[in-house]
Amino acid sequence: MNYRMIAYLLGYVLLLIGAFLLLPVIVALIYGDGGLFSLLLTALLCAALGGLMMLLKPKKDRTMHARDGFVMVSMSWILISLLGALPFFLNGAIPSYLDAVFETVSGFTTTGASILNNVEAIPHGLLFWRSFTHWLGGMGVLVFMLALVPLSGESIYLLKAESPGPSVSKMVPKMRTTAKILYGIYFAMTVLQILAYQLGNLCGWGEISFFDSVCLAFGSAGTGGFAVRNTSLADYSVYVQTVTTVGMLMFGVNFSIYFFLICRKFKLIRQNTELRYYLVIILGAIAIITANLMLTGGYFSDLRDAVHHVSFSVGSIITTTGYGTVDFSKWPDLSRIILVLLMICGACAGSTGGGLKVSRIVILVKTARSELRRLLHPHSVEVMRMDGKRVDREVIRGTSAYLVFYILIAVLSIVLVSMDNFGRTDTSVTAVMATLNNIGPGTTILIGPSGNYAAFSALSKTVLILDMLFGRLELFPMLILLRPSTWRKH
Amino acid sequence: MKIVIIGAGKIGITLADQLLREGHEIVVVDEDQNALDAVGTMDVLTIPGNGITKETQIEAGVPDADLAIAVMSTDEENLLACLIAKKLGVGSTIARVRNPEYSSGMRLIKDDLGLSMALNPELASASEIARILRAPSAIKIDTFSRGRVELHKVRLPEDSPLDGMKLMELGKVQSGVLICAVERGEHDVFIPSGTFALQAGDRISFVAKPRIAAKFFPKLGVKTNPVKRVMLLGGGRISYYLAKQMLEFGASVKIIEINPETCRSLAELLPDANIIHGDATDEHLLSEEGVAKMDAVASLTGIDEENVLMSLYARSVTDAKIVTKINRTTFSHIIKSMDLGSVFHPRYIAADHIVRFVRALQNSYGSNVETLYKIIGNKAEALEFRATAKSAVCGVPLMELQLLPNLLIGAINRGGKILTPGGRDTIEPGDTVVVVTTVTGLNDLDDILDKRRAKA
Repeated sequence: MNYRMIAYLLGYVLLLIGAFLLLPVIVALIYGDGGLFSLLLTALLCAALGGLMMLLKPKKDRTMHARDGFVMVSMSWILISLLGALPFFLNGAIPSYLDAVFETVSGFTTTGASILNNVEAIPHGLLFWRSFTHWLGGMGVLVFMLALVPLSGESIYLLKAESPGPSVSKMVPKMRTTAKILYGIYFAMTVLQILAYQLGNLCGWGEISFFDSVCLAFGSAGTGGFAVRNTSLADYSVYVQTVTTVGMLMFGVNFSIYFFLICRKFKLIRQNTELRYYLVIILGAIAIITANLMLTGGYFSDLRDAVHHVSFSVGSIITTTGYGTVDFSKWPDLSRIILVLLMICGACAGSTGGGLKVSRIVILVKTARSELRRLLHPHSVEVMRMDGKRVDREVIRGTSAYLVFYILIAVLSIVLVSMDNFGRTDTSVTAVMATLNNIGPGTTILIGPSGNYAAFSALSKTVLILDMLFGRLELFPMLILLRPSTWRKH
Repeated sequence: MKIVIIGAGKIGITLADQLLREGHEIVVVDEDQNALDAVGTMDVLTIPGNGITKETQIEAGVPDADLAIAVMSTDEENLLACLIAKKLGVGSTIARVRNPEYSSGMRLIKDDLGLSMALNPELASASEIARILRAPSAIKIDTFSRGRVELHKVRLPEDSPLDGMKLMELGKVQSGVLICAVERGEHDVFIPSGTFALQAGDRISFVAKPRIAAKFFPKLGVKTNPVKRVMLLGGGRISYYLAKQMLEFGASVKIIEINPETCRSLAELLPDANIIHGDATDEHLLSEEGVAKMDAVASLTGIDEENVLMSLYARSVTDAKIVTKINRTTFSHIIKSMDLGSVFHPRYIAADHIVRFVRALQNSYGSNVETLYKIIGNKAEALEFRATAKSAVCGVPLMELQLLPNLLIGAINRGGKILTPGGRDTIEPGDTVVVVTTVTGLNDLDDILDKRRAKA
């Protein structure tokens, strides 16, 4: 492996994180309610460490193979999580380092699972950093780096390892331009959401401070879910909640769609299979849950209210954001089961959302269906199509392997977490589902929208931290780290 | 520039690699996913699909592209793909057309198809080999002004009469020759002035007319065995084109080919050549056909291993110029370590031609570079500019022009007549001017002037 090149790129990532930490430093300066020293110290530490590692820049051999790319991606995520946790720990806002790492991993992986009982007690600078990790982790720090550093062609492996979905499609020939376009769309949409919140202030549709609107926009852009109030989004106006619903759903769509929109390639949007399924699943889930709640009775007084909150919750769960306006962990079983299914399903490939991804589900269902048909017509030849184009056999195989690893990791994690013995089996199950799919809140009261993960043991927290990383990086980059042959010299 | 390459075969991949290095945006189209996977590690966009269809071409962005290059396996596919690309509004098109029977008719249909360039890799390779065989001591030859000016690179031998001579004295030895670049040792590259003294072992590049270059070689102390007898091992397309060119040059050509059918058709197409039916790897046959008496032996079969063996054998029995065709681009350091004479990679030659075209195309946006070669391992450039009436250099004697340092005017082509420029010559509108320089990024003839010095 090309250790020097990996170290050099890791150094670059750390330097970027150091630079990004200056934003919360400014926020801490403005509010003056603490956290300034710890943020500044971490920024300096990242810059110093990054600078040192960049000295290792290889003179000759700059090639990176698939293996180096995957290792580099997982290492960078682990490294930025460990360093990004320092401000919380140094400040004393989160006294245990493990908890601070949990919170940071939850931030970078856009999970939004928190161990904090009282969010409102945290200084503004740290709160901002907490939400900012969502924004950075949503599109990926490495993608940001790719937009800045000209790297050789092999760095496609970095993009492959970090962007979600069964196959990576570049929008334009140059990877660097692709990365720039992705971040451009991402940035523009985030600004748009902040402006939409501010519009509510202007028109009197509901007060929201500028700080809150930025943090909430970061949380929905990265489909993370860290809120800045203990009640998540319950205390905001209907307008703010609706803007958030729309925002979340939009960030759960494959970013290529927006690129096609800019290029006016409407035909390609109409052809997009995943987008169609995504919308159908959302509407279906909203209909079933609303009917279930209204028929059971006792949850919402009128239908409009019900549709509003159910849309918010469905949007929040399927895009794996994890904001809450109502405590859906108290809903009837059918509604909660549907939410768990939405958790597993997740958002579109190429979005900032987590989960299995709609396109993988579509591929898996189509594979299963064609296998069934082959039982009846053993000699039939079939070609699977997505977006009006043939799906490569490699992609189908990779998707099946992905499902197998996904189930194995989920089962293993559930077994380990269940040792905490909370008395309800579904707590361990949804805790793993909510972290592995990068959602945040589970569907039981302990870890629901108004609960948190503080009660878990150190072992469970470690397992859940790993689950979050596994989920965000889509299993394989992390699994490669665990294979001894990755590290063997040849 | 945005370039769409249709066909991810050997040439397609080589092209993608080389054009990528020049900083272009590349899209590669192929029906075969495995072929696309081979380019997957490059920073290019791959589009699966049939490159001849309108839909795939639109998806690959052909309508906004500057250039479409069709390098699929058959000529007809390539021509059709280029025709469609042109109709979709691409800037320029290049098609690979390798069938010798089409080549002659190409001129007729090129304009109607809107084709900017028809590339025949075998013909290009054959021309390259023929040029080397005509001047057997040159390391490398590039051409300007449609072959009227040649840039030769040659190593000055130990006992050269020019050893230690200053360049200003060169005119006494041979007029019409201009030494424009000298490589010395591993790294040094000079654009020499008149006081520069040559040393044995220098690799010199000089500009001259082909006829004068041929006269100049013996005066350099370089032995030239004018190639009179050529033996071509293998009777493929390159052999056919090469034999044709060598016959025109007046050499006698002997082709050894194993396939009787091919032999018959070669005999029909090349009545003046001596076609032998037999296995070229048969040592006995080769010696019987007089390999030892040849001036040049070219191993041109389709199998690299055979070519290497035959060239090594030929080298062991004769001092003749040896030419070896190698298809594979891997193991290049092994190939280099063997004494195989001039080694040719048809793929690189084809790709080079296209890259050169692309450079000229790129340069033609707001400039007037006609031809551009990277010489001396990319350390220097030889460019051909067309002078326009607006140009500031026109009408001024060259000795009065304030030129950039490390820059030299190598030749002036005035309506087909080649001038080797002296201080009193002037550049006139309509001339094409060959400039050799280590300064890169020249876009216009006026760029050769040193602006800072001119102001001062």
